[in-house]
Amino acid sequence: MNIMKLRPLFLIISSILLITSLLSIIFWQFKPSIDFSGGSIWEVSFSQNINTDQINEIFTKNNLDLPIITSIGDNNYSLKFKNIDPSQKVALNSSLKEIDDQAIELKFETLGPILGKELLKKTIFAIVLSSLFLLLFIGSRFKDFSFGISAILAMFHDTIILVGGFSILGHFFGAELDALFVTAVLTTLSSSVHDTVVTFDRIRELKRQNYQIDWVQLANQAVTETLNRSINNSMTIIFMLTSLVLLGGSTTRWFAAALLIGVICGTYSSTGVAIPLVLFFKKHSKKKY
Amino acid sequence: MFNQKKTIKIFWTIIGLTFVCLIINIPKVLPLKIHLGSFNWEHTFYRPEINFKLGNTEIKKNLDLKYGLDLAGGASLTFNIDTSKVKSEDITQALDSLKSNIERRINLFGVSETNVQTSKQDDQYRLIIELPGVEDVSNTVDLIGTTAQLTFKGEVEIPAEATATATFYDVFSQDIGLDGSHLVRSSVEINPNNSEPEVALEFDQEGAKIFAKATNDFLNKRIAILIDDYPLTYPTVQTVITDGRAVISGSFDAKSAKELSAQLNAGALPLPITMIQQSQIGATLGQDSLNKGLFAGIVGLVLVCLFMIANYGKLGLIADIGLIIYSLITLTLYRLIPVTLTFPGIVGFILSIGMAVDSNILIFERFREEIRKGKNWNMAMESGFGRAWDSIKDANACTIITGLILFNPLNWSFLNTSGMVRGFAVTLILGIIVGIFTGVFVTRNLLRVLAKEKIKL
Repeated sequence: MNIMKLRPLFLIISSILLITSLLSIIFWQFKPSIDFSGGSIWEVSFSQNINTDQINEIFTKNNLDLPIITSIGDNNYSLKFKNIDPSQKVALNSSLKEIDDQAIELKFETLGPILGKELLKKTIFAIVLSSLFLLLFIGSRFKDFSFGISAILAMFHDTIILVGGFSILGHFFGAELDALFVTAVLTTLSSSVHDTVVTFDRIRELKRQNYQIDWVQLANQAVTETLNRSINNSMTIIFMLTSLVLLGGSTTRWFAAALLIGVICGTYSSTGVAIPLVLFFKKHSKKKY
Repeated sequence: MFNQKKTIKIFWTIIGLTFVCLIINIPKVLPLKIHLGSFNWEHTFYRPEINFKLGNTEIKKNLDLKYGLDLAGGASLTFNIDTSKVKSEDITQALDSLKSNIERRINLFGVSETNVQTSKQDDQYRLIIELPGVEDVSNTVDLIGTTAQLTFKGEVEIPAEATATATFYDVFSQDIGLDGSHLVRSSVEINPNNSEPEVALEFDQEGAKIFAKATNDFLNKRIAILIDDYPLTYPTVQTVITDGRAVISGSFDAKSAKELSAQLNAGALPLPITMIQQSQIGATLGQDSLNKGLFAGIVGLVLVCLFMIANYGKLGLIADIGLIIYSLITLTLYRLIPVTLTFPGIVGFILSIGMAVDSNILIFERFREEIRKGKNWNMAMESGFGRAWDSIKDANACTIITGLILFNPLNWSFLNTSGMVRGFAVTLILGIIVGIFTGVFVTRNLLRVLAKEKIKL
């Protein structure tokens, strides 16, 4: 299989994905969850049909700004508003009982903006730290500079697309950036490297067997031999994650979706980004073998 | 070539291990009813508990799965602690007494398995309280936030016929009007006569007056000192005290004296706390999340199993058996360690199932290649396992590195400490380690024993 002749196609696909992601990040940005922005989220299950005016009334009565109301299933609503203190919550509870004394509180969360700032700091730290460790790991496994830098670039490629993809999901479907998304980013970093390492291992092994072979031919052989594994393995993870996205409920739907984007991207980038990059570096380095 | 005898031994060990894991994972009480025509069989299985003595140490283990607040329902509260008024060398002690005071308050509400902890973020101390099963905390938040109530109660005469039924609170029922606001400070002193530690109390002017009257009224009787209605001590009044200084002596050692003094100080001068985060999940939502997560996991698992069989035939079937053993071992570890399962934790578990078969896929693809090269079945299998090992090791190392950063085992304050993220990391790391074990060791030995050369690829 001469997969490497598809390199121009890979370049186009990756460019489109990267540019779309970057544009979306710049223009649409993200919908931060209260994890980052601070605020309150209140999920209530009403026992009867309730309209938004009635819900708004709960808040106006207590001199609070109107909440952002989202319907989450029959008579269940998610209300988002600024963070409040315990006594305000007690007041809200009693106003809620006036409207519907059988309403069930599914979930309530309120947090101040300080925690969000801390989370942002921790997130950046975690990403930098993981990248450094993975860099060290790749460096120690592949002494060859071309391999190391290609794996890292492929990893960043995946991360940008994941973050951009999430920005698009946020814009169209209201996916919120929360603490779990950070977890998804880190998991993507590792699964991207994971996949690339397997393919690189094969190139190295083939190189040892036949020193004279041309890099492109070598890459083709390695990809052909590992493609089955790569696709099959991704399929099993994709099965698991898709079933979570579709059946797993709302709490972690976007988390699973982010992991899914990351895994698919990671599989593609090993063949479509990391190896073409290696070939590029090899072509432009002075050493021919 | 491998040693046939040894392999058979390993095979039975694996079967035994699986059986033990299976028993640990059956529900606590499992009623079974089988009705087949005239054949009726009913039996109730009970999961054995780990509860035995080994030498002098008693080994007892609760094998129930632990669920986090997001699955079991419950509330979590985070407070900022104002330590600006406390000298830096006293902070640790003040935090400890704050913690024990709050724990005592919560226990009064009758909430079980609460978790109270303090943490430090940059220069800010935090208090985190987790209350499993508590649905509405709004009313209790205020109670937790208020300062500890120090009260003094005098002993009253109990009629002789009632002594048998009198409780502590009946005996000490007379409030003497003295409370924490009258206490200036409490400290530990060493009695110069017998060099035993004592706890000294110092009251303000008004407190001194009340205390003088009380010690007069209750001379040779006992006065109980309570924090939040929880009795700390009840010394007998030996003299009338007019200077507002009292000493509680008794069977103190240095540590218990210090603790009592800290608690009294906390009652008098608590660290002010302000709530910065509150979250509560209703039990219905938690149960719903759990059911959905489990359902999604089972659907995914079935899909993966079918996929493996479709792709690798009987080899895939053996990988599936390995996968089931994998799930059993992982669940057993959750119970033994124990791991508190959260919803992201379930996602981590489900993701790790997908990753666990990766080892098998790597091995089987290698195996096919070796067969294509013309090696015989056994040779191909052994070299498939051998050569895939390098890739398996490298690939999983990456995930473990990231997992550890997410889990933050050393509790670094610059990394994530959120329970959600950690819940995911811990199941992912465990999953990967068990996955390597079952994917490589278990399936290899299952294959050696169960698979014969007849298997076609």
